[in-house]
Amino acid sequence: MRKMRVAKEDVLKLYQRLNDEAEASGYHLNPDIEFTKELIRGLLTNEQRYGYWACPCRLASGAREEDLDIVCPCDYRDHDLTEYDQCYCALYVSEKVVRGEKTTGSIPERRGTTQEKAKAGSSSKAISELSFPVWRCRVCGYLCARETPPEICPICKARRERFEKFI
Amino acid sequence: MLSRSVFEIEEFMMQHVPGQNQGKITLYALSTCGWCEKTKKFLDNLGAEYSYVYVDLLQSDQKQAAVNEVRRWNPRCSFPTVVINDEVCVVGYNEQEIKKAIGI
Ligand code: SF4
Repeated sequence: MRKMRVAKEDVLKLYQRLNDEAEASGYHLNPDIEFTKELIRGLLTNEQRYGYWACPCRLASGAREEDLDIVCPCDYRDHDLTEYDQCYCALYVSEKVVRGEKTTGSIPERRGTTQEKAKAGSSSKAISELSFPVWRCRVCGYLCARETPPEICPICKARRERFEKFI
Repeated sequence: MLSRSVFEIEEFMMQHVPGQNQGKITLYALSTCGWCEKTKKFLDNLGAEYSYVYVDLLQSDQKQAAVNEVRRWNPRCSFPTVVINDEVCVVGYNEQEIKKAIGI
């Protein structure tokens, strides 16, 4: 596979968009802008290669179905933000990191450790009295009670396919 | 092709960076990953001789061979993975561990 060419302007544009979206919904991009832009270049590279934003720091299979949990933002981002103040790639960081109270680094890979557990825990409990099913965003945990999940998570912008039936 | 061992396929995929001989250092990396890049820069600054491969840039059968090799050392197959002297494996960007493993 050849190395992809991604235009500088596209990186900058996506950086600005992701930064705006993050700040609007309580997330933060890594303040190390050069590092962050390289990751965003990686996202655009993976979009060209695979057609979706596979995590730049993980080896994608190339099959969207198999990689759904590592489409950025991945299913592991928020858990890692809580535990390590950053996501696996350190594209997203906590407020502590933004304030300079913590530095980023390599953190353990969570994929494959919690995936099975998350799957096992997601079997919905039958509460027949509910008038609507409850959907949970697997990325950020947002819950909503309606016939179908929203097209895009209003909190973290994950797409509908990232929702699971919660109750 | 079939008669070649996994090891030979590995050798053929590797990029070699000349430098001071600090033992056999092999870096398995992804071309899009920030921590892989930091690890590579660290090795460059060290001036050590090493080999590296961007696993994401390989063709499918070579990719599989590389993944199998990484798995032997790091079952989770995460990147970067640095293997030193076919003995020690350092997972993630970790300057201290790499230094320790090559004895500096
Ligand atoms: S949020 Fe997840 S997918 Fe996105 S860059 Fe961070 S670790 Fe990778």
